[in-house]
Formats: sequence, C-alpha cells, structure tokens
Amino acid sequence: MSYLSLAITLIFVIIPLVLSKTLNLGLEKDTLIATVRSIIQLLAVGYVLQIVFESEHLIYILLMIILMIAAATQNARKKGVQIKGITRKLVLTFITVEILTQGILLGLGITPATAQYIIPISGMVIGNSMVLSILFLNRFISEVESKSKETELILSLGGTPKQAVHKQLITSIQASTIPTIESQKTIGLVQLPGMMSGQIIAGADPVQAVLFQLLILFLLLTTAVVTSIMLGYLSYPTLFNERMQFLKLEAKK
Amino acid sequence: MPSLNAAVQWNNVTFSVKGKTIIHNLTGTFYEGKITTLVGPSGAGKSTLFKLCNGLHTADTGDILIAGKEIASYPPVELRRMVGFALQDATMIDGTVYENLAMPLTLQGKDLSEEKAQELLQLVGLPITISTQSTNDLSGGQRQKLSIARTLVNRPSILLLDEITSSLDRVSQQDIEALIVRINKHYGTTIVWITHNLQQARTIGDYTWVLIDGQLIESGESSLLDEPENNEVRLFVKGDNS
Repeated sequence: MSYLSLAITLIFVIIPLVLSKTLNLGLEKDTLIATVRSIIQLLAVGYVLQIVFESEHLIYILLMIILMIAAATQNARKKGVQIKGITRKLVLTFITVEILTQGILLGLGITPATAQYIIPISGMVIGNSMVLSILFLNRFISEVESKSKETELILSLGGTPKQAVHKQLITSIQASTIPTIESQKTIGLVQLPGMMSGQIIAGADPVQAVLFQLLILFLLLTTAVVTSIMLGYLSYPTLFNERMQFLKLEAKK
Repeated sequence: MPSLNAAVQWNNVTFSVKGKTIIHNLTGTFYEGKITTLVGPSGAGKSTLFKLCNGLHTADTGDILIAGKEIASYPPVELRRMVGFALQDATMIDGTVYENLAMPLTLQGKDLSEEKAQELLQLVGLPITISTQSTNDLSGGQRQKLSIARTLVNRPSILLLDEITSSLDRVSQQDIEALIVRINKHYGTTIVWITHNLQQARTIGDYTWVLIDGQLIESGESSLLDEPENNEVRLFVKGDNS
C-alpha cells in the first residue's frame, strides 16, 4: 500500500467527522486526535520494528517488550489506583503472562525465536492482558464496594479474608474473561479476526492464516484467564490488614 | 457487683478514624452472663464499640480484655467465633435460609446437621419448613431471627446485638426480646445490646451504658435510666419518646 492510498483512506475519517458535525455529536475533536495519534504511533512502531527485525538483536526485542509492558501498566493502573501497589501487581502479571506464553511457544518450538514472531505475538498477549486487567479491576473494585456488608459479615462470623471476598473475586474473574471466551464461540461466523484478515490481504495462504489465528486465539484464552486470576489473587490481600480487618479502598487520586 | 466476672473489660480505650476520635478514653465492663444495654444518640460510637470488641477494628490506645486476656492475643478467627455479632440490618448472603444458617460452619469446612439446623430455627421461633426458602422472601423479623440463629452456630460466649429490633413492629420486637432473654438464660451467654428504645433498655438490660460522643457518660444497673445522675444523660432520657 502506498502513502497516496493511505491518504485516500482518510475519507473514512472524513465521513464520521461530517456526520458528527451535522448531528452535533461533538466527536470531532476526539476523532481528529485519535486519527493523528494512530498515524504517528503506528508509523513510528513500523519504523522501529523495521530496525529491530533487521538487527535481530535480543536487546532490541527485550526493549520492545519492556516498552509494551510499561505502556500497558501505565494505561491499566488508572483503573486500579484504589488498590495498594497496583503498579507492581500489574507489572508482575504482564511479565508472568509474557514469560508463560513465550516460554511455551519458543520452548516447544511452535514459533521460531525471531523478532518477527516474538514481538507481534507479545504485543497481542500484553495488549489483551491489559484489556483484561482493566475489565477485571473495574469489576472487582465495584464488587468490593457494593458488597462491603457481606465482606464484614463473613469476617464477623469468623471467616478469613479470602472467604470474605471469594464471591466478589470469582464474579470479577468470570465477568472479565467471559467476553474472550464468548467472542471465540462466534469467531469466523460473525467476523474474521484482524490478524488473519491482514495475512490473507497480504497474500498468505488462508489455511496457514487460520492456523496462526487459532494459535493466537488459544494463547489469548490462557492470557485472559491467567491475567484475571493472578491480578485477583495479588489484589485481594491488600484489602485486609494482618488482623484480618477489612480496609477501605484507597481514595481515587 | 464485685463478685461478677468481666466478660469484656475496657481500659482507657481510644479509637479514631482519619484523625476524628470516635471513642474517647473509655473504661468499663460488660459482665459475664448478664445483659448490658447500650444507649445513646446516633453517632455516639456504639457500633464502633462492637467492631472493636469483635476484632473488626483495633483500638489506637488502651486495652480490651476478653475473658481476662488481651484482645490482640486471640487469633482473629477465634476471637470472632467467641464474640458473635448480629449486624443491624441482618445482612444475608444470596441463598437459602439453611445456607445462611450453616455459614459459620461452612467457613470452617464443616456441615450443619439437619437436626442442629432445626433446633436453632426452633430456638429463635422460625418454622423448620422455612429452611429451603430464599432469604429474599423473609420478613424483617424473620431475617433478624435468622441472623441471631446464625450467630449462635459458633456458640459464642459473648453476643453483640446492634439495633436488631429498630425496624420491626411491636409484636416482632417482643418476640426478639423474649428470644434474647431465652438465649441468655439457656446458654448463659453474655449479651450486649445496642438499642434506641429506652424502655427496652430498661426492661431487658441488667446493666446499661449511656454513650454520648464516644464517651461512657454513665453506667450501672439499668434502673439508672429512671433517675440518671448525669445532666447530659438526663437530657438524653428526657428527649427520648420511645
């Protein structure tokens, strides 16, 4: 695709801008910011990836992954500032998910140990883990706040902190992972996944594209479940002190 | 009075939240096997006192002794099983009457036998057929009775009751009052009861504490409410219309 073709595709940005202006939706500013940001960010990533792929240096690959984890943490932590030490917990979760998935992929020789495979797959895994973290934290905080009386009841009857928030924890893990599982049930029927579509458009064999997409889907399933469970089990103890007393969530900063 | 044992001994206890003092330098005793009623205006710190006693809060300064032992020396779970706490709004978990009743044992990984469940339901005056019903279908009085029965599953030696009859009609109130006296006599349980109803405090209580602004202003036999010595208490009692 040439830059001229890309310029022409801006017509797809003009359509929502015109509609927003006509109907007074007030989306013009955000649409423009989103467009400019996506062009700059993706082009920058494209050039960076070109350098990384050409050099094949392990240090560049690691730097890219660190950058992804840092950006994902920065984004997700805003949803969990009420939980003590959320930044550390998110970093630990993203690192674990990355090591687990890449460990299996590379360890079993499923994908080659090259930047071309490691970086895009890491991007998908960490990106998905970030979205899952946001979904989980949103739900968990609201569950903890709305069910504080039940929590106190269980503690007052001699329950442990884990028992006191068990229901809130399970509900939040389920609620955050269900969208990933549900979307897999209709995949291919309702929509063709982006990565697979991209490969097919780029001229790849559709069956090969499907095989790769399946790999990613299974990977994201693990990512979703591991992220929610790990973040949940890292987060709930901070709601209690050593005397098993329920602490109020920290105020939003 | 000196021959009575202390179930809970408070020595110069102070507790504050975010710099605001809720309990001021409180000293007093809840006597073993007796019913103590706690009265005072809203915001006097009565419920906080219960949370301190049940280990849901920790005092900033002072000592709380339960059965003669410093409260911090009890593991939290053991303390909370020993000091039962029936919450004001009879909070229930989603589920049946039986599931709620069995909760204290479920938390210990044990089962509540059907026999024991029936015995407890009968004790609090609930029909045994109610067992499979959802707690959402219970009336306010039934919820309170179930909440008390649930607290009794742990066989607490001290039972804290936080305004458990405040939202009930007169008949249900009398039912619960009779039940509490029965539990006190039957198990010898030490009862501490927060109430806004001074008549109830007089008739049910052996002893009464009057708390105002986190301070224990007056305490003694419940008849103190007839002729309080303290002027603040006199004004409080006068202002009560219940």
